[in-house]
Amino acid sequence: MNIVNDFSIQVATPNGSGSQTSNLVLLRSLFKMGIPSSGKNLFPSNIQGMPTWYTIRCSQEGYVARRDSIQIMILMNPETALQDINKIQPGGVCLYPETAKYNFDREDITYYKMPVKRLAKESGVSSALRPYVSNMVYVGVLASVLGIDLFEIQNALSWHFKGRQKLVDTNMPIIQAAFDWSQENLTKTDPFQVERANLTDGKVMVDGNLAAALGAIYGGVTVMAWYPITPSTSLADSLTQYASLLRHDDNGHATYSIIQAEDELAAAGMIIGAGWAGARAMTATSGPGISLMSEFAGFGYYAEIPAVIWDVQRVGPSTGLPTRVSQGDLTACHWSSHGDTEHICLLPGNVAECFEFGWRAFDIAEQYQTPVFVLSDLDIGMNNWMTKPFSYPDKPMDRGKVLTADQVLENGFKRYFDLDGDGIPYRTLPGTLANGASYFTRGSGHNESAKYSEDPQDYVTNMSRLRHKIDSSREDLPAPIIEQIKTASIGFVGFGSTDPAIIEARDRLADIGVESSYIRVRALPTSLKISEFIASHDRVYVIEMNIEGQLHKLLQIQSPELATKLVSLAHCDGLPLTASWIVNQILEQERGPNGKIKQ
Amino acid sequence: MAKSSNNTNLIGLEKQDYKGSPTTLCAGCGHNSISSQIITAAFELGLQPEQVVKISGIGCSSKSPAYFMNRSFSFNSVHGRMPSVASGAMLANKDLITIGISGDGDTGSIGIGQFKHALRRNTPMLYIVENNGVYGLTKGQFSVTADEGQNLKYYGKNDLPPLDLCLEAIVADCGFVARSFAGDPKQVRPLLKAAISYGGAALLDIISPCVAFNNTSDSTKGYDWVKEHDDPLHDITYIPVQEEITTQYEPGETSTVTLHDGSQIVLRKLDESYDPKDKLGAIQALHNSNSEESLLTGLIYYDPDRPNLIQTENLVESPLVHLTTDALRPSEDSLNQIMSSL
Repeated sequence: MNIVNDFSIQVATPNGSGSQTSNLVLLRSLFKMGIPSSGKNLFPSNIQGMPTWYTIRCSQEGYVARRDSIQIMILMNPETALQDINKIQPGGVCLYPETAKYNFDREDITYYKMPVKRLAKESGVSSALRPYVSNMVYVGVLASVLGIDLFEIQNALSWHFKGRQKLVDTNMPIIQAAFDWSQENLTKTDPFQVERANLTDGKVMVDGNLAAALGAIYGGVTVMAWYPITPSTSLADSLTQYASLLRHDDNGHATYSIIQAEDELAAAGMIIGAGWAGARAMTATSGPGISLMSEFAGFGYYAEIPAVIWDVQRVGPSTGLPTRVSQGDLTACHWSSHGDTEHICLLPGNVAECFEFGWRAFDIAEQYQTPVFVLSDLDIGMNNWMTKPFSYPDKPMDRGKVLTADQVLENGFKRYFDLDGDGIPYRTLPGTLANGASYFTRGSGHNESAKYSEDPQDYVTNMSRLRHKIDSSREDLPAPIIEQIKTASIGFVGFGSTDPAIIEARDRLADIGVESSYIRVRALPTSLKISEFIASHDRVYVIEMNIEGQLHKLLQIQSPELATKLVSLAHCDGLPLTASWIVNQILEQERGPNGKIKQ
Repeated sequence: MAKSSNNTNLIGLEKQDYKGSPTTLCAGCGHNSISSQIITAAFELGLQPEQVVKISGIGCSSKSPAYFMNRSFSFNSVHGRMPSVASGAMLANKDLITIGISGDGDTGSIGIGQFKHALRRNTPMLYIVENNGVYGLTKGQFSVTADEGQNLKYYGKNDLPPLDLCLEAIVADCGFVARSFAGDPKQVRPLLKAAISYGGAALLDIISPCVAFNNTSDSTKGYDWVKEHDDPLHDITYIPVQEEITTQYEPGETSTVTLHDGSQIVLRKLDESYDPKDKLGAIQALHNSNSEESLLTGLIYYDPDRPNLIQTENLVESPLVHLTTDALRPSEDSLNQIMSSL
């Protein structure tokens, strides 16, 4: 029986060999054939030579989470071939160069040998380029074996090379030659194939870092300061690329500034300085940068300065696994810096939310006059995802409580006075030309008039107001997404990039009679709806990609009376979470002493 | 300078409008003299106080923005990070006039990186280092500008050589590098004015004695030593853009430097051979001064040609903070076009 549009392909290569073009072309071709597809790059912290794996999943049902099992393996890296061969599911396929001398002993898979060297040589490209174009051979062979439309491959190649015909003309003939060779020489004995569908109509494919950059541009970012760090660098790169297209006046002058700072401390200082002076300021970084920025984060919290800090999370602690994914920075961001702080955190769960929170974060930061963290991760940020086209911002920019010179002259001004009772004071911007508009911004103790103060009551009043301010943001931040099943006794809590795995796991559990509700947290401090959700279920599993169960702990603090209902399912090995892991964990937890699933 | 009345300046403000809160620094602290010169310079230049931002780090020096120009905006930031905050503020609003106040610890130790990078970017700002060779607020540790071999009461002997912040600045391609002494208001004031008028990053390293911890007769950061060893390169006169040069000088006796805003400084040479536009000469002069145990003061190095950060960034004419949604949020059509290109 044929298996159509439902399998995972993995390509194993040494990194720096140019395979990314081949892999992205395959992914885009499948996507453009209307087949729900997702691609994940599992790469080392290295420029050239270390093993890297790219996985493409096709799923007729639309699942885009990482899948544990691999059905089709393309072995282009001799160094890992003996391990990689064992990842293939029985009945799967292994493609490898004919020149490789492997002693594979598995008899439960199909082998196809590819004439990689010969076709690369016959293509006539220079020997220096041959290793790169060699990767086009597996594109052609796979197209033949699976039935991928060559027309879509050519389009994808052209899109990838931004229409540069010479590059298309260098690569496409090799793909065609490999395809033709396969048609003539390979006898297909495996069950896998693709068929054109219409399941991706109206969708686009984009990575989360580009989405975030576009969100920032449409959110009116004016100052971006950053320091290179994986996996956030492509956010800054995308911002640079698209801002240069979208944000100039008629004379070609920029309505924004992007500064590559000397380090993350300086990047944080620049956005705090810029936010203070009235800019829509942001930075993008990852774990180690978050650590370095923490002093300024605390300053921004205490002195009440808007700024947006994107954390594209990777695995910590310390340098950790720089090119692997985690959700390990939740508490580090929420409570960043010494003393009592609590930062607003936005938690995008997909690329569309990266765009939306990209612009919204500025509104929230300026409205609450505080640094706002946005926690994406390597999986959302650097991998390609199908999405509906992004929606244009549906409301005007909210610049917060900023007084004009006339307002200052008319009503006076006390920087940290809670006039409205919501904990949010009014501010003026440097350069506001009114006697009385200025104030002294400081990270040291201050009173309502922003004067230096070590007075115990001033300190308590100020800190209580800050607490009230952050608390009052709770129901105003992006609300949790809730899918409540009335008959379900268990619920799942998740956030960020685990969403696809949780969706798939819930379906698979429902298929075997285990129903579950689901709430996806999208901001900290948490909405009270989450407490209601927990209260309305017998057991609530908090699913997250870290070791300590950080969200689980936050929720226990948030709702101590419900703490015993919460079960932590925290897992982090650097790879995106899979539905299988969740299903297995739930079954283990939900199985009673008699081995039966609890009701 | 032209004044609308005896007591008011160009923009009709009195000197009182440039005053700060009473100082809480020690009596006799050099920093207080500098604050007082900033007040006078800002008053005489006719700066709009609300257009001025005073940004500092942490330490005694960084407390001093509270003691001048209360009508200006102020930002007492974190230790060693004044330059990045100033850079961000200037990018947001290029029309601000930034006075950065730092100390030798705040700049030379914890902040040496940001110091050099802000100069390298040529962030438009007056960067004042109130340099006393010692950590005052934490009670008398050696700073990185302390003399080699110097002895202090609690911390013993300093075994390490000092950093010369003017040398560091020149090497970082700062285009306005000056050194002065808090006890010499006649030199400090025109240098302050010239630095504010420069239009890029202007370093003013002012030896500012710490009377509590580092004012012994053998300290190169003490009043007595500096008075004895001060070696000024020139007498400096600042001539605002509104005024003509009226004093006549003999040819060859002076050199005139025109600043970014059109104002000028006239340097009446005390050292015939010194040319502040000669970078290697400036480095050599500083080196000689340090080995001869004298204190070279005045405009040590000057380069009018470097583009500043705002120019490098190719920013629009209006400060970024004044841009409205029209300029900041591209059209819905443009988003749709991007979406269809993906």
